[in-house]
Amino acid sequence: MPVFDNIPALLVVLPLIASAIVSLLPSARVAWILTFVVTLLCLFMAFELVDIVSNTSSFSYAFGGWEPPWGIVFVVDGANVYLVLLVAFISVVSTFYAYTILAAEIAVEDLPKAYSVWLLAIASLFGLSMTGDAFNLFVFLEISALSSITLIALGAGQDRRALLAAYNYLIIGAIGATFYVIGVGYLYAATGTLNLTDIVDRLNELGTNQAAITGLAFMLAGIMVKAGVFPVHIWLPAAYSFAPSAVSSLLAAVATKVAIYYFARLLFGIFADITLLVEFFLLYILMPVSIIGIFFGTIAAIYQTDLKRLFALSSIAQIGYITLAFSLNSHSGISAGFIHIINHALIKGSIFMAIGIFAFGIGKRATMTSMQGVGRQMPITFAGFVVAGLALVGMPLTAGFISKLYLFKALFETNNGILVAIIAFSSVLSVLYLWKIFEVMWLKEPTKPLKIEKEPIMAYLPVWMMVAVIVVFGVYSNDIVMSGIGAANALIGAN
Amino acid sequence: MSDLQVILCISLVIPLVSALGVLVFAKYPNIRDICGPIGGIISFIAAVKIASSIIQGDIVSISLWQIAPGISFSFNVTPLGAIFGLVASGLWILASIYTVGYMRGSGEKNQTRFAFYYAVAIHAAMAIAYSGNLLMLFIYYEILTFSTYPLVTHSQTEAAKNAGRLYMGILVSTSLLLFLPAVLWVWTISGTLDFRQGGILPSDFPVIYVPFLLAMFAFGIGKAALMPIHRWLPAAMVAPTPVSALLHAVAVVKAGVFSILTVTVYIFGIDFLNASGGAIWLAWVAAFTILASSIIAISKNDLKARLAYSTISQLSYIVLGASLATAAAVEGAALHIVMHATAKITLFFCAGAIYVNAHVKNISDLDGLGPKLPWVFIAFFLASLSIIGIPPMGGSWSKFLLMAGAVDAAMPAMLLVLAVSSLLNVYYLLEPVLRAFFKSVKKDIHVEKHVLTIIPPVITAAISLVLFFAVDWIMPLTNLMVVQ
Repeated sequence: MPVFDNIPALLVVLPLIASAIVSLLPSARVAWILTFVVTLLCLFMAFELVDIVSNTSSFSYAFGGWEPPWGIVFVVDGANVYLVLLVAFISVVSTFYAYTILAAEIAVEDLPKAYSVWLLAIASLFGLSMTGDAFNLFVFLEISALSSITLIALGAGQDRRALLAAYNYLIIGAIGATFYVIGVGYLYAATGTLNLTDIVDRLNELGTNQAAITGLAFMLAGIMVKAGVFPVHIWLPAAYSFAPSAVSSLLAAVATKVAIYYFARLLFGIFADITLLVEFFLLYILMPVSIIGIFFGTIAAIYQTDLKRLFALSSIAQIGYITLAFSLNSHSGISAGFIHIINHALIKGSIFMAIGIFAFGIGKRATMTSMQGVGRQMPITFAGFVVAGLALVGMPLTAGFISKLYLFKALFETNNGILVAIIAFSSVLSVLYLWKIFEVMWLKEPTKPLKIEKEPIMAYLPVWMMVAVIVVFGVYSNDIVMSGIGAANALIGAN
Repeated sequence: MSDLQVILCISLVIPLVSALGVLVFAKYPNIRDICGPIGGIISFIAAVKIASSIIQGDIVSISLWQIAPGISFSFNVTPLGAIFGLVASGLWILASIYTVGYMRGSGEKNQTRFAFYYAVAIHAAMAIAYSGNLLMLFIYYEILTFSTYPLVTHSQTEAAKNAGRLYMGILVSTSLLLFLPAVLWVWTISGTLDFRQGGILPSDFPVIYVPFLLAMFAFGIGKAALMPIHRWLPAAMVAPTPVSALLHAVAVVKAGVFSILTVTVYIFGIDFLNASGGAIWLAWVAAFTILASSIIAISKNDLKARLAYSTISQLSYIVLGASLATAAAVEGAALHIVMHATAKITLFFCAGAIYVNAHVKNISDLDGLGPKLPWVFIAFFLASLSIIGIPPMGGSWSKFLLMAGAVDAAMPAMLLVLAVSSLLNVYYLLEPVLRAFFKSVKKDIHVEKHVLTIIPPVITAAISLVLFFAVDWIMPLTNLMVVQ
């Protein structure tokens, strides 16, 4: 069908158009319905895309019929097709979740505008994960940043600190984007092209080129800011913790993941031939930074009392695991990284959703003191939260275990016992903060009798949809493992 | 599915069914409390059938689906697993009867919750026994930890919660820090985690790594209570006595030593382990644990605490047998799982019976109590003899085999350790009996008679006695563990 040939474009264009319409709608409910239908359509198209790519291995879409390297092109292959599916799935689930929770957190008259920006963010995430053009990526990066900032700032109705968080993200994000675009400038000067596939060919011809190397360094630094890699993560904890819960779950699940995917593509797909630099960067910069990030995130989370901030810090540690896997510079390392990108998106997304429901239930921020005994009052959500927590520490029969399995496989292949020991130790540390939360929420009695709203089914259903996927991937890991291996194959060739 | 697969499923699922029955009949205490014994009887019959099939050389296994390449969600009964399955299900029958007597006798709250988690813990223990690969064993090892947590903290007092924190802290952290990486290491180098006679490690596995891998298992499996990670066991004694009896003398701790024994026999392979010499250090650690915890046991006046340290000491017998890695030693270790389980559950049953019927906890208060609770103390006496290893009690066989194994392994020092340990056993286990029968009454103690707390220890003591003569029923299974 001709419409299927245009899926990559439609995935971006459809939310974009819908975004404009939604902003004009008077009723919050109609706005939500339209948003939800659009995300559902995107999910359907993403499944089609998976189908197409599994048959043809790579699918390139040239906008306006302008063939690359002249026109802008979207490329979907093994490395990003599951990312597209992930973005589509998380969009559906978190839009579903937004129906009750976002509506409870922001003013009714703002809702249509919020959904408009929400769709804009989703469109930019699709664009980021598919574009094959270095400058076009910058454009989507900016759309994504501006829409995310707006969404984060909407949290101000609940807590004024959201404004500061959004402002911080604006400034730091802009610095990151500037770095990236300077890098693109160097690269363009050296190669005369912006198409990523074309850049690979040109770099081959050029050999070692100082401008290209400088460009790469700038681009990597810029993307690391967006990906929330330690130590340039500083925008992340505040942004996640003061944004409305639906926004936190969307951002925590996919926004950084898309940047990490692009980071991996730059390292292994585009610049792989500048071996010396890439190897130096991976071994002496990315690996130590990842390990420090893992410990920083985990230890900071242990001492954190605000739940959303705690899991934002834990995200920094989890991003550390992903970049650590990449830094091993092996086929199994890259597979492990991609497997964890998907698993962590599901896990963290469901955790932020659950926290949003807890906060909704008690009508104030979720902290270690306000959460006492809440687990027993909201057992359905809490059960989902516990399963997601177990997945976070990598318990068997959850998706987290599969991540751990492949991360350790990659680590053992390096024959570096100390590295294995450090990572094993860090995963035990993460048990500490989860246990602390469990004790507070389940074992402690509330200090004063709780006035608790009932758990809305529209809110815990999406949590359980994510948790179901987490468990399915844990007990039947074939698909998720194949997606990771497929990504590694697409980037560095079959093992 | 073949008949044997059906039976295997029955033995695994029945404890869960029993747990559900407990929830369904929560409002009818009499029906609720019969769920445990009935489940125990059915599981035990299934376990006997499985064990006899294994002896005949049948393969009892079921594979449900693949979790990851080379790892499936499967159950596959090894001879060693058949032994542990018999122990866990058989003693569950008596323990569940005893539980009813104890919980009602001491008027505990939340009996439904207690019975539920008790049955879930048994399910986990059965699944550990019959697990088809190392990952399955790990999964159910964790489930056993989580399902026993509500039992340890049953009284919900501050002391119980602190004990629960220590319990979870040690068991979960050691398993995640050492056990799981060890499992993943084996999977990375072998490509499989199945249990095979003679081990699955590739032949080019460097001998220099053997002690490290073994240490990751020995200390990662915290349930085996090897020093210095034994602290959780005495702490867990805050739980009601039926928990201490079945779980911390039988299911949980035996799951720990069972795991270590399984790893040495079916992952390393005893010949490989013996030839590598990578287990000698573990023998010394086990020997230290045996003696040190016996000495600590002597210093304990609280009866349950003394039995807890005695358990730690006896568990290390089994670890010692595994680390000697000779045929006789491994057989002795497997046999000791059975012998120690029956004897130690008797001792805990007695301790609980003394507490419920006479409200005495300390050994120094036992003076003259013997004539008032004669059956309890006779059972205690017989079980003590079994643990010391005096014929005609079952424990003498396992100790004999362990000693033979030490000779085979050319480690005569271990003979001395076992002998000294027996002497210490005599001292700390017979003191309560002697006080009860031969000291004069200090103060008059009112004694009630809850029959359901007295019959089970008498039966288990009798089983200990019978096992001396009936050891031929179990030996075919232990022989299968070591044949090539």
